[in-house]
Formats: sequence, structure tokens, C-alpha cells
Amino acid sequence: MEPLSNKRKVVDNKPLNFLERAYLPAILQGLAITMKHFFRKPVTISYPEEKREFSENFRGMHSLKRDEDGRERCTACGLCALSCPAEAITMIAAERQPGEENLYREEKYAAVYEINMLRCIFCGLCEEACPKEAIYLDGDIVPSDYLRKDFIYGKDKLVEPPLNQ
Amino acid sequence: MELADIIVKFVLVFIIFAISLVIAMYSTYAERKVAAFFQDRIGPNRAGPWGILQPLADGGKMFLKEEIIPTNASGFLFIVGPSLAIMTACIGSAVIPWGQKLTIGSHVIDLQVADINVGILYVFGVVSLGVYGVMIGGWASNNKYSLLGAIRAASQNISYEISMGLSIIALLLITGTLSLREIAEQQHGWHWNVLYQPVGFILFLVCAFAETNRTPFDLPECETELVGGYHTEYSSMKLGFYLFAEYINMFISSAVMVTLYWGGYNYPGMDWMAAHAGPTLAPLIGVGIMFFKIFLFIFFFMWVRWTIPRFRYDQLMDLGWKILIPIAIANIVVTGIVITLINR
Repeated sequence: MEPLSNKRKVVDNKPLNFLERAYLPAILQGLAITMKHFFRKPVTISYPEEKREFSENFRGMHSLKRDEDGRERCTACGLCALSCPAEAITMIAAERQPGEENLYREEKYAAVYEINMLRCIFCGLCEEACPKEAIYLDGDIVPSDYLRKDFIYGKDKLVEPPLNQ
Repeated sequence: MELADIIVKFVLVFIIFAISLVIAMYSTYAERKVAAFFQDRIGPNRAGPWGILQPLADGGKMFLKEEIIPTNASGFLFIVGPSLAIMTACIGSAVIPWGQKLTIGSHVIDLQVADINVGILYVFGVVSLGVYGVMIGGWASNNKYSLLGAIRAASQNISYEISMGLSIIALLLITGTLSLREIAEQQHGWHWNVLYQPVGFILFLVCAFAETNRTPFDLPECETELVGGYHTEYSSMKLGFYLFAEYINMFISSAVMVTLYWGGYNYPGMDWMAAHAGPTLAPLIGVGIMFFKIFLFIFFFMWVRWTIPRFRYDQLMDLGWKILIPIAIANIVVTGIVITLINR
């Protein structure tokens, strides 16, 4: 059969010749190779001082969006929680009171909205499920912490800052 | 011996002791840094500028770690092991000539702690004592891995000491003396012994790798097979002593190789330097040259470590007994014949 790739290599069990058995030429060869690497530029990225550029469709920490008037878009419909394969999202809905029209876009809003970042697998299905374009995974990497409870992010960490600030 | 001489000797001993400890300390840092560069990484760079305080942090960590002596270990021997290892590593430097005679004012200082006429034998004696630290430590741990590591260390060191001794005999045929000072003086200028004994040098180098338990002969402590080898059960500063002893051994064996084969403190143009720089500065430059050569060797030790994989145990023994010893004997015969023909 014709080889499908050019990686095919014929293996043989020829006994080593004298130079190969003497080790030293091979060792010198190896030393030359490692010396080449000695002067090569390190590939290390010194995180957190330096950060690798994310790709355009990188999925990081979630943010809950506001509309053009600075009102929260989320209506607590629960589709994101339903679509979430890791069951990381929970929310409690509340009714908008008169006078709160500048805070919430629809009559219903999420009073509590929590994402467990330890459960989240950053698949982006919540983003796809959202009918109000309220949630996007456009943030940074979720920072590390010491306690499990500190990984449950509430609205204080998720909602975008208000427009006028 | 006058009182002044005794004080000078003590100062010299203290300085050499301090230097070998500092070099051993910074060898650990250099090892990690060199390893990083060979692997396209940066290496430790958080403790101080360029990570220069890393060895201090490591040392502090070693001191503060919990001291564990296993219940079934032999308490006394368990402590003797690392003590012996670090002690034999430190006393090896006594006979190495670090430079020519230094003249300060009217005072002449010999830059060597003890100019004994059997210097090489002393070095060999100390080196062969070194294996006891490893053996006792491994035996006292009462652990199979430690014992295996200790047995490997013992058999490896004994096997390679033979070819090391044989490779030296050819050198002694040329120099005609056992004193390291005289051997160093004979290599004045560029008459380095490596030019007359290249095969002997390569043999000695390979054996030095085996004697210091460095890759590719680091079987006594190979992590992949024996957990930690002879120091599996050790913790805290006792482990630190074992690791430290390895680096001091590396430094001392580099110094011995430089003295025996690479001209010690001699360098081309040293007569011109002696005439122009005066009797105080010129020997100090020689000391600098000696340390430069030593550092090159230490770098070479590390360079090899990150290049060659570990030998298998039977390969190690084959190399020692079936290859190195015959080559060493052939080297002696050839050297002897050549010397006889030249002197006739």
C-alpha cells in the first residue's frame, strides 16, 4: 500500500557500528543540539505580568449586559440555566416596581443571579440560549481564590458597570 | 611554623570553605537557570532580581521543614550519613593549589591549605570515603528504595574508582609526582596535561561524572525508579546536606580536573603578566583564571545533565568494566612506551 503520510519510517535492528557504540560522537551531537536551545529565545510568557492574546472567540468570565439606556437586559427567563450542561447557573426572579424603569428593561428581572465558576465549563450555551442578548462570555480568565464559596459569582461581579460611570 | 603562618592558614581554610559553600549554593541556582535555558524557559526569577536570592529562600525552606526520622530507622546512623557526606565533600579542597605563591609586602602566602606530597592519593581517599555517606544513609533508612540506591551508589563508585585511578596512572607517568602543586607548576603557560593525555582526560571526566552521581550516571538517586534513591526518607536540612554535598563534590571534582589536566591557574601569557602586574596582582589573576575554568566545568556538568538520558544499570557496569578499564590500561601501556622511546 502507498503510505498515506510521509511519516512512515522503516525500522531495522542492525547492530550498532563502532562509532555508534562509542557513545561519544552521539553525545557530542546531543550537546550541540542542547547548546542551540541554550541561546534560543525563551517561549515562557510571564503570567500575570505578560498575558497571551486571546483569540476573538475566546470564552472567559461571563458578564450580564446593559442596554443602550443602561438598564439590565436580563429578564430572568431561566433559559440560560436550562441550557447549562453543568448546572452552574441559578437565579431568583422578581417583579419590577414602579420607579425602577431606569434599572431594568422588562417588567421582570433577576434579583439574584449566581454562576458557580467551579461548575462552569465555559461552553457558551447560555450565551446562545439567551433571547435578550443579556449574557456574554467576553471577560478575562476567572481569577483563582482560596475558598469554594468565593467562586459563586453574584450580580455584583457579573453585571456590567453602569454607563454613566 | 610561626604564629602568623598559622593565622594565614586558618584564614585560607575559612575562605576556601566559605567559597565552596557559596559556590555549592549558587550551583543549585545555576542548575535551575541553566536547565531552564536549555529547555527554552526562563527559570527562577521571582526571588530578587533574576531570582538571585532563590538559594537563600531554598536554604531557609530546608531549615524550617519538619525533621522526620522514621521509626524503624537506625537513629544514630541516620544522622551520621548526611554528616559524613557533607564532611568528605568539604575536606577534599584542602590539597588543591588555587594559585601561585602570593606576595603581599614582604609576606609570601601559599595559596594552598596543605602541600602534601601525595595530594592525588589524598583526593582519591576522600572521594572513596564519600560513598560511605550515601551507603550509611541508605542503609540506616530501613527502606527498600533507599537500600537499592545505596547499593547502586556503592557498586558504581567502586567500579568507576578503578578506571579513574588507572587513568591517573598514565598522567603520573608523565608528571612523575603525586603533589598537586608540582603538577600545577609543570603545566606552566600552555603546557597543559590535556594536550599530552587527551584519552586519560576523557576517562577521568567520565569517571568524575560517575563519582559525583551526576547524569548520565545518577542511578543512586533516580526518581523514576527509586523514588529518591538513598535520600528517600530524608527531610529538612539532612536532605539539604545530601544535595549540598553533591554540588560541593561537583565543584571539587571540577577543581581537580582543572588542576590535573587543564593547567590549574596557568594560562598563556602568564610570564608577561607576572612581569607587568607585579607579584601581588599576577597570582590573583591566576586564581581568577582557575575559577573561570572551574565554572566552565560546572557548566559542562549541567550541560551534560540536560542532554543525556540516564544509563541503564547493566549498561553502566558494562561501560565501567568492559570499556573504560581496558581503555585506561591501553592508555597506560601506550604512554609508557612513548615515554621510554623519548627518554632513550
